[in-house]
Amino acid sequence: MNQIPNRQVICETLLRLARLDPDIVVLTSDSRGSAAMAPFAQALPEQFVETGIAEQNLVGIAAGLAHSGKKPFVASPACFLSMRSIEQVKVDVAYSKMNVKLIGISGGVSYGPLGMSHHSLQDIAVVRAIPNMAVLLPADRHETKKMIEALVEFEGGAYVRIGRNPVQDVYSSDEYEFRIGKAIQLREGQDLTLIAAGETVRIALDACELLTRDGICCRVLNLHTIKPLDVDAIVAAAKETGRIITLEEHSVFGGLGAAVAEVTSRYCPVPVHILGIPDEPAIAGKTAEIFNYYGISPENVQQIAHRLMQKQEMYE
Amino acid sequence: MTSTLELKRKSIQIRMDVLQLIHGAQTGHTGGSLSNSDILTVLYYSVMRHDPSRANWPGRDRFIASKGHSVESLWCILADLGYFPKEELKTYCQFGTRLIGHPNNKVPGIEMNTGALGHGLSISVGMAMGAKMNGEPYRVFCLMGDGEQAEGSIWEAAMAAAHYKLDNLIGIIDRNRLQISGGTEDVMGLEPLGSKWEAFGWQVTQVDGNDIPGLSDVLHAVPLQRGKPTLIIANTVKGKGVSFAENQPEWHHHVPNDVELRLALEQLSAELSVYSE
Repeated sequence: MNQIPNRQVICETLLRLARLDPDIVVLTSDSRGSAAMAPFAQALPEQFVETGIAEQNLVGIAAGLAHSGKKPFVASPACFLSMRSIEQVKVDVAYSKMNVKLIGISGGVSYGPLGMSHHSLQDIAVVRAIPNMAVLLPADRHETKKMIEALVEFEGGAYVRIGRNPVQDVYSSDEYEFRIGKAIQLREGQDLTLIAAGETVRIALDACELLTRDGICCRVLNLHTIKPLDVDAIVAAAKETGRIITLEEHSVFGGLGAAVAEVTSRYCPVPVHILGIPDEPAIAGKTAEIFNYYGISPENVQQIAHRLMQKQEMYE
Repeated sequence: MTSTLELKRKSIQIRMDVLQLIHGAQTGHTGGSLSNSDILTVLYYSVMRHDPSRANWPGRDRFIASKGHSVESLWCILADLGYFPKEELKTYCQFGTRLIGHPNNKVPGIEMNTGALGHGLSISVGMAMGAKMNGEPYRVFCLMGDGEQAEGSIWEAAMAAAHYKLDNLIGIIDRNRLQISGGTEDVMGLEPLGSKWEAFGWQVTQVDGNDIPGLSDVLHAVPLQRGKPTLIIANTVKGKGVSFAENQPEWHHHVPNDVELRLALEQLSAELSVYSE
């Protein structure tokens, strides 16, 4: 089992690249510990900015730095970054077209026992609706590394959401092609497609395995970039498999599932089951407990898949 | 450097342009654009290092209009300086224009899109920090409103600017004492405003914000102290230069009608002739 959290990978990747590029700057809001950015702050203090607990100022300063030719990476808890500072994201970053990368750490229900104030289950919906903002979620540590490398080269605003704890590997190494906006097909299948992003990709793969034993052949798409969306991959999945289940650590409103359904409803209407956190303050607990409670598990996906195959998910 | 007499004439001319701009489009923030005209005139025609023919010249001083709604005086000045053709002012607030009712960085001479209050100072902190990191000598001037001082984010930025010793950052408050609902001290008391900024670690001074020589002296003297950001409280009159608009809260975004425009232009022409003799 992997023991390296994605946030540590982000720090290591940025530290390596920032040694070569003095324009790379990391900003935190008293979040260097939770963002695992302390080694960066220590190694490159001239390229590190602490704003204290002031998320609006954090993003505004990052926009000003970007205007000065810097390449700021802002690391702050996703719950605050995507809410407290959202107007700065909208106006100072997106509207002014500044090259600012926002890393929402401890995203989703990572802070499970701390309650709704610390859950970020609306962040994808909110940021996705803002023009000029890319939205990305890495599936594991290997993808995190490749995503950060790609984002250093990417000109524009982007929001990346990661979880707090180490996640099981999806990839065995970083020897694969990663492109922002290009979904990755992890399993080929014709019966239905599981589309996931971030930590739910592993669950989709495990569900795929269960369904294979049941004789159902699943396609699995890692939709690491929720915006810009890989419309081709979604349409192909709808046309070729006829059924879709989406899995996300997010409200069932406005996130990955909604993005997929927006595409299918226009180009190829097929049943899309959106699996995520229902419209309620999420129950307290560890991530795995919360996931199990809401059925974000391989076993529940297996059951949903069977119902979809038997057309039992019709609205009556 | 432009003489203070020339600056005075310029600021009156800018006010006349502002009134015609707002009257033409039938929309705009008249009071604030008249109160800040002298500040902007001194900055753009005397203090700031900039080059209209090279709007993105890296060495330019940066200007951020945090009180973005008073953009009319800025549009008139940028057009007058040649950042874009004066003819384009006719498109102000018209369908599809880039000369919208707030600063728009698609227009040469505008650094960042502003308009949501309380954002400009954080952006300016980032720019001033960037200048220090890059070893560049440019300065950042940020014009704030006084009503805007109620935004908490201003004070987050104020704290950070002092913490990082950004003496290349100059904050200016257009202290016209009025906001849309009435007097600033009635809506949300700000005083003692200077002491608050001093307590946040800024070097603070007050000036008559409609007095060209006084403004010129203080703006040419910045930073007021090495190692500290400078805050200039520019005490202004909202609606300055038009007797019936001065100190009237409703002129925050009142659009002059034909008669008001004529009377206002007559008053300003008369003032201009005084300074032309």
